[in-house]
Amino acid sequence: MANNRSSRAVGVGRVLIAVYAILALGATARSVVQIATKFDVAPVAYLLSGLAGLVYILATVALLGRGDTWYRIAWVTIIFEFVGVVTIGALSLFDAAIFPADTVWSYFGRGYLFIPLVLPILGMLWLRHTRPSRLAGSDIVAPGPAA
Amino acid sequence: MIEWFTGVIIVGAVVAGVLCLALGLAGRIPNDLTLGAMALIELLLIGQVVVSLIAPAVGNHPTGNGLEYWVYLVSAALLPAAAAFWAIIDRSRWSTVVLAVAAFAVAVMVYRMGQIWFVQAA
Repeated sequence: MANNRSSRAVGVGRVLIAVYAILALGATARSVVQIATKFDVAPVAYLLSGLAGLVYILATVALLGRGDTWYRIAWVTIIFEFVGVVTIGALSLFDAAIFPADTVWSYFGRGYLFIPLVLPILGMLWLRHTRPSRLAGSDIVAPGPAA
Repeated sequence: MIEWFTGVIIVGAVVAGVLCLALGLAGRIPNDLTLGAMALIELLLIGQVVVSLIAPAVGNHPTGNGLEYWVYLVSAALLPAAAAFWAIIDRSRWSTVVLAVAAFAVAVMVYRMGQIWFVQAA
């Protein structure tokens, strides 16, 4: 039963999910515009921006979702975002031609008030805080011979 | 786009955001005041849509990318409605904070729209 109740869309986590939803909307919509109007300027960056937008959407859904599978998907998507913003943020400092200033991860998300940098950290803290009780319970109460 | 009207929306959205954030953190669930503030922002944004439709016809053109501008405007106009919808379903203090988040996002997006219309070179 506990497995069917969303353990992540509760309390302050709802605010986190709302910010994720807005970032997903913003990043996806913007990359669609960029790919439609000036794709040639920086194809790699804009495609990556589009991918980032889709992953933000998936992360939003995963945070809303119930059960262990969505929990794992939430971890994977949020880690992807964190690695992305750190890697692309660093690369954009060195090569502004490949990664111009107007993508979601450039300069560590400066164009988005650094929200892309802060959000995955908050997301990971929140996921740690809301670890599925079934897993936590089996760890503590019954380690079990089968592990 | 009209400069003072754009300014009114930005200031209004920031005020609404601060109001909702304060009331949300104080533990209030969404009420007439906070939802009313969001309704006001929504009306202002619809006004902005009307202004943006008419402005080019009277010689007031965006200096930047029109498509980018409209994607921002439509996204911004969806936010207060989506946040209010959420607040009506989920009657908790955090929904009031979500209203604040939406209001701040609208402020940032309208500011960005102002840049596209007035500042950005075509």
